[in-house]
Amino acid sequence: MIQIKDLGFSYGEKAVLKNINMNLEEGRIYGLLGENGVGKTTLLTLLCGLKKPQTGTIDVDGCKPYDRLPSFLSDQFYLSDEVPAVNMKAEDYAVTYGKFWEGFDLGKFNEIMEVLENDPHQKMNKMSFGQLKKTYIAFALACNTKYLFMDEPTNGLDIPSKAQFRKAVTKYTREDSVILISTHQVRDLENIIDPIIILDKQDVLMNATIAEISEKLYFDYTTEKVEDALYSEMIPGGNIQVYLNQTEEESKVNIEALFNTVLKHKELIKGIFNK
Amino acid sequence: MEFNGNKSIYLQICDAICERILSGDLAPDSRIPSVREYGAEIGVNPNTVMRSYEKLTGEGIIYNRRGIGYFISEDAPKIVLESQREEFMKNELPQILKRMKLLGIDPKEVL
Repeated sequence: MIQIKDLGFSYGEKAVLKNINMNLEEGRIYGLLGENGVGKTTLLTLLCGLKKPQTGTIDVDGCKPYDRLPSFLSDQFYLSDEVPAVNMKAEDYAVTYGKFWEGFDLGKFNEIMEVLENDPHQKMNKMSFGQLKKTYIAFALACNTKYLFMDEPTNGLDIPSKAQFRKAVTKYTREDSVILISTHQVRDLENIIDPIIILDKQDVLMNATIAEISEKLYFDYTTEKVEDALYSEMIPGGNIQVYLNQTEEESKVNIEALFNTVLKHKELIKGIFNK
Repeated sequence: MEFNGNKSIYLQICDAICERILSGDLAPDSRIPSVREYGAEIGVNPNTVMRSYEKLTGEGIIYNRRGIGYFISEDAPKIVLESQREEFMKNELPQILKRMKLLGIDPKEVL
């Protein structure tokens, strides 16, 4: 489990994260959402030990990420948004760098590369951006780490690869893993990310499971206007409207509409979801 | 798997399994994929599939054999048929009747 307490981080005068408190539990695939510049990448780099918390603490099963103990580092992986195009064949890269992760499995790397229709014998600096990204995704999953942090993993992936990515994240990760995926491409990851974390400027607006969200908010797809909707958006064939769920019935959570609802009613939402 | 409407995903997964029980595609005592296998197959979070399996277990439609997996219960076709008939009478039929009235279609015309 990851426990984040009163975490703060600034770049010079500019405070990015302030008083962040949250827990990340095992066996879950968290979706980290937030507008540009709210500190999603900063949070991920703090969690994996690339940055040092300026205030507060991060506790990962008793370890502090910034201590960068080899045992901790070999059981976690951070996949950055930008990945280097090294002058190596993908498979050679995997063999060479896989040594740093205790659970690395070359067979699994090649299997995922095949699933993603990527050639492991191709040189990485000769790959397209999407192919390169897929190589790193395959590598990240093949490391079999308990903690996996991914920053915008579906950026640059072609249409078939997005579906393959969703399947691979379910199939090739450990059952006890804690996965945190930051994304703006919520449609790419819909049905996969649960719980949803929404980060705002210096604040966590929401950290809730899909079950909790659909218990408290109702997502309506109809032509009839609802008077006290918290959010409504016209779509072909009607409206998506979000309102407080007064019934036992659960609807399908639309993450884009959820995100817009939360940003529009920050205090209300925090009140509803803060237990 | 294509998801639609505003029904929550875990209920849509339940519906899909019930549909396959009714059609005979999933026979009593046959094994259904594990939570993770099924999640990977349809691109859905395993915890969501778990919720579906828990609901179906609670309704006696599937059962869990510890360490082996989930199976279709013997009574599943009967239970699914009964609950879907009830659902049809309670929710679907009134909708159809309402629509027919709106369009001025006499029930005799369609029978």
